[in-house]
Amino acid sequence: MSICAEHISFAYNGQPVLFDFNMELPAHGIVALSGPSGCGKTTFLHLMAGLIMPDSGSVKGIDRHRIGVVFQEDRLLPWLTAAENLNLIFRNPAQTAEWLLNMQLSEQANFYPSELSGGMKRRIALARALAFDCDLLLLDEPFQGLDQDLKERMYERVREAALTKPVLMVTHDTLEIAELADQVYQASGPPLSVK
Amino acid sequence: MPDNLQHQKPNSDAQSTEHIKSGSGMLHIAPKRKAGLKRLYWIPVALFWLILWQIVYQFVHQDLLLASPLQVFGRLAELCRQPDFWLATLYSLLRIEAGFILAVLSGTVLAVLTARYAWINHFIYPAVSAIRSTPIASFIILALVWMSSNRVVIFIVFLMVLPIVWTNVMEGIRKIDPLLLEMAAVFQLSRRQIFRYIDVPSVSPFFIASATTGLGLAWKAGIAAEVLSTPANSLGGRLYEAKIYLETPELLAYTILIITLSLLLEKLLVAILQNTGKYFHRHGRIEIPGNLDKKPAVQGENSIESTSEKNNKSGGLT
Repeated sequence: MSICAEHISFAYNGQPVLFDFNMELPAHGIVALSGPSGCGKTTFLHLMAGLIMPDSGSVKGIDRHRIGVVFQEDRLLPWLTAAENLNLIFRNPAQTAEWLLNMQLSEQANFYPSELSGGMKRRIALARALAFDCDLLLLDEPFQGLDQDLKERMYERVREAALTKPVLMVTHDTLEIAELADQVYQASGPPLSVK
Repeated sequence: MPDNLQHQKPNSDAQSTEHIKSGSGMLHIAPKRKAGLKRLYWIPVALFWLILWQIVYQFVHQDLLLASPLQVFGRLAELCRQPDFWLATLYSLLRIEAGFILAVLSGTVLAVLTARYAWINHFIYPAVSAIRSTPIASFIILALVWMSSNRVVIFIVFLMVLPIVWTNVMEGIRKIDPLLLEMAAVFQLSRRQIFRYIDVPSVSPFFIASATTGLGLAWKAGIAAEVLSTPANSLGGRLYEAKIYLETPELLAYTILIITLSLLLEKLLVAILQNTGKYFHRHGRIEIPGNLDKKPAVQGENSIESTSEKNNKSGGLT
């Protein structure tokens, strides 16, 4: 069963951000959502993640309600090291070590977020979401701060994840869209509309 | 390697004796001796104030108005030889700390409740505001009517410290980053994990600040309550007697003792809280298989990280 957002409306401070918005995601593959800043893309992602409730409408098809998210911000716990931040989610040191290796961050395992570069923090945030056992993966500008070489490696990880689950990715980068997306929605708004 | 890792300066307080090679190839010896000397900074400061005190004493030249440092410390030494003095110190300490601990516990519980339920805050806020703006003497006199002098001290300390702990801890709870809580919700962290890894580290700086400020105030309020209620075996009672008999050296000796006790207990409290944080941090650490649990040596100037700097990074109440 595919995941779909049905007739979603949401207003913020009286301003409609989404109005009777519909979107259906495939069972697997990468869907890109691109559009100008402030058109409601991130709000839609938060609605899909269940972080905010719609005024009307619903999201259907997420059975276990397990959703992996790469937020716009890295949202790492500043008092935990890179490894501890990952292990907090995985609860499995072997898996943590494996993902640190995958992300080429083994040497930074015991670094605190304040000691990591922007790109390193982004990779931890990506690893956290990619390794999370989930039904849907939501990525909000997931590759910001990464150089091209790292981006290529991360694309591979995202493609692997998209083999078994739908991935909804918000991005402004046309290269990322060309490289990754199976389906592209061009957004405008608010209220958010796509074509 | 990012830039921010290539310029880590060694902690100036470090006790390291490591040799640090600078970019110019010069070998610098880490300043262990300098750090040791730095800790003795208080000696010239203390000497300055003692000399100033002596100058003022000689200027005033009336023992009744101001005793000399020698007279005061001499009197303090005499007092230290009396068992009653230690008994008074012990009882004052117990009363003040009892009030302080009660206030810290109640203030924390109250902060959790008021942060969670706004309606409790509506009820509590006016009372706490009233306590804050009421002169302490009014409470002491009222409390003397209500209870025994021993309990007055505990009650007054409790009353003075409670608002500080309550407001600070509540502020800490309100300042917990909602973005981190959203992350915790998305990745389905347990309530216990959220408490340990988000709530406690977020609130602990506010808690430590309120506890240390509160402890200083506890001594001021507690001694003031003892002066007015004069319970048996109390430093406040001794102060009151010194005032009655115009024993200025004794009055100043007790004052110095109270200041010293207050400062020592504050340092002890901070050490206890920090070590508790470090203990939990150590026991929360994970063992990463393989050779991943070592920080790499960072190349470049001042790249060797001192032991104390590492401890500082992993320290704190986290």
